[in-house]
Amino acid sequence: MIEKIFINARIIDPSQNIDEKGSVIVGTDGKVRAIGKDIKKNDASSSAEIIDVKENILIPGIIDMKVFVGEPGYEYKENFRTLSQAALAGGVTSVATMPNTKPVIDNVSMVDFIIRRGRDKAIINLFPCASLTKNLEGKLMTEFGLLSARGIVGFTDVNKTVQNTETMARIMDYASDVGVLIMQHTEDLELSKNGCINESEISTRLGLEGISSIAEKIIIERDLSLLSEYPCRYHINQISSKKSLEVIKENKNKGNKFSVGVSINNLSLNENDIGDFKTFLKLSPPLRSEEDRVSLVQGIKENLIDVIVSDHMPEDEEGKRLPFSQAATGAVGVETLLPLALEMYHNESLSLKKIIETLTINPSKILKINKGSLKKGSDADICIFDLDTPWVVNGDKLKSKSKNTAIENRKLQGKILMTFLNGELVFSQK
Amino acid sequence: MAVIKNTSAIKNSFKHLLGIQNLSILEANKILTEAKTFIKLNRSKSKKLDILRGKTQINLFFEPSTRTQSSFDLAGKRLGADVMTMNMNNSALKKGETLIDTAMTLNAMHPDLIVIRHQDSGAPNLLSQKVNCAVINAGDGRREHPTQALLDALTIINRKGKIEGLKIAICGDILHSRVARSNIYLMNMLGAEVNVIAPKTLMPKFIERLGVKSFTDMKKGLESCDIVMMLRLQNERMQGSFLPSKREYYEFYGLSPEKLKYASKDALIMHPGPMNRGVEIDTKLADDINVSLIKEQVELGVAVRMACLKLYCK
Repeated sequence: MIEKIFINARIIDPSQNIDEKGSVIVGTDGKVRAIGKDIKKNDASSSAEIIDVKENILIPGIIDMKVFVGEPGYEYKENFRTLSQAALAGGVTSVATMPNTKPVIDNVSMVDFIIRRGRDKAIINLFPCASLTKNLEGKLMTEFGLLSARGIVGFTDVNKTVQNTETMARIMDYASDVGVLIMQHTEDLELSKNGCINESEISTRLGLEGISSIAEKIIIERDLSLLSEYPCRYHINQISSKKSLEVIKENKNKGNKFSVGVSINNLSLNENDIGDFKTFLKLSPPLRSEEDRVSLVQGIKENLIDVIVSDHMPEDEEGKRLPFSQAATGAVGVETLLPLALEMYHNESLSLKKIIETLTINPSKILKINKGSLKKGSDADICIFDLDTPWVVNGDKLKSKSKNTAIENRKLQGKILMTFLNGELVFSQK
Repeated sequence: MAVIKNTSAIKNSFKHLLGIQNLSILEANKILTEAKTFIKLNRSKSKKLDILRGKTQINLFFEPSTRTQSSFDLAGKRLGADVMTMNMNNSALKKGETLIDTAMTLNAMHPDLIVIRHQDSGAPNLLSQKVNCAVINAGDGRREHPTQALLDALTIINRKGKIEGLKIAICGDILHSRVARSNIYLMNMLGAEVNVIAPKTLMPKFIERLGVKSFTDMKKGLESCDIVMMLRLQNERMQGSFLPSKREYYEFYGLSPEKLKYASKDALIMHPGPMNRGVEIDTKLADDINVSLIKEQVELGVAVRMACLKLYCK
């Protein structure tokens, strides 16, 4: 490829603590050659392609730590190609993929398959996760050592929790030695069974079985107690309630080391949005009260929460056109992750830098992948977006194969203009 | 001159009967007034009308039911409608057909009314979005059972003359009860004061936000109540360790003549049926015609359902 220079950009790269007007030069090898306010047009070679960013914002490509691809087994919901298109349209260049496929990614040959298949079909960087326990059953741990040697970045049972405390203790003990990342869905499955929304006045009115926030808190408390015994790399996939944050705060203050994620859905919606049984808002963990939502946003501000994920969960229409308690759980979101997160900037809840940090360098540090930064020499995965353009979400226009967005008709402000992967243009807004 | 704009309450008036929550006080009173006219008819020798002649009513029951189903069946027939009852426990659903598919199939037969009972909360709402006829909820999950609440209201009015100002206790498994929820909304709307009584494990969290007072002590909850509504305790509640035993439940929450004394002197007893005699209610008390309205509830149920079918049928 030829050299590129991005000029007139507002560069925000939290990994280098940069928020300044400047330029970025990408070398012929697809890596960042120079970046910052001091870079001038003539620092690039005369043959370089000039891309005028027109005062828009240039950030490292986004890393989404929780994405479901339908392959293998659920190709009718999403495949590598459709996921790539959706992700790139959202400025997302790297995703951690979930192992709850059919068959489950819990052994070496499945990992080889997914990496090969991804290499052939995907246009984004894939960082596959394997299941924490065989067949997601919560009983036998998977081959952490062998699997991570094949390229697995993290281990998770996705929307299931390792319920047995003895099993979890052994997993953490073993993992602390092997050095792998454990990503837990924190929900006591006994307390949450049959539940489909937050336990509140709304669950009483809708006649749906509720999930109390204690179900989440109790597993966080258990795991963090275990963590102080068996200090491994431990990550809480998604928290949803104020009560959980209090436990997290207490533990972080004590010096317990772990990381915490939150879904963009729990930051921008609450249980009232479910209205008259909107199944697209049936999510796990469930949407909770406005008080919980506000405290989660505050949790990001106070560095109690490290990453925002889309929790991209494509579901076909058939799975959602059912009575609420039977309907499938989850919503697509990779494409709207950044624009929806920008709401928190526009309503002055969070700074732009903080939002970008939770979407780039923080997930990169947790996953220990070499992404999420535009430091000299790093891969030139770049997202350029405009902060202000208003638009309305229309599920049918989303690039994902499934159209189950939780924010249909939502008015958003800010749009992705261009996405680059290793310096190559892979998405551009028409 | 004031012009009444098309408010949603008026516009959607008598479109679908999905729950008391979606009903205005005007609509509720209209149904009750209409139902009163049918009480006499049902007691007379010639019970057949032709108000719904040529109309088709489909009863779609996904959950077994005797009294509600037969009540709707009879109500439709007495109004002259062609009534078809489908018990869905053992048919299409087992073949993998979804609720929506069933709805589309039935819709193609041009019914004028669909009466639905379903084990999932919100199923009638989903159905109503997909069909062209009126949908009447005959009980969905633990959400609502509007015609039961309406027939309870009619029964009370019939005996006490009014609902406004009365004190009503609802006692039993509130957590799983659609009857309790619909009655809370309706009795509140009609001006009664509502107490709910249940052991903590069978009481929904935040229930007081629905405008009721909650009690775990039955004697306190019954104090000066004019109406005592008992709910059925389902046997499977013993397995999920909601309760230690039936015996303990009866001891603290079963309605006995002794506990009834805490209510107002002329208090009346109601039960939506079917009853577990000796579990939630003393068997003699249930049959005592001086205090028990249980048979009357069944009788007036037909009148209320006739009123609903008439008003909702286009």
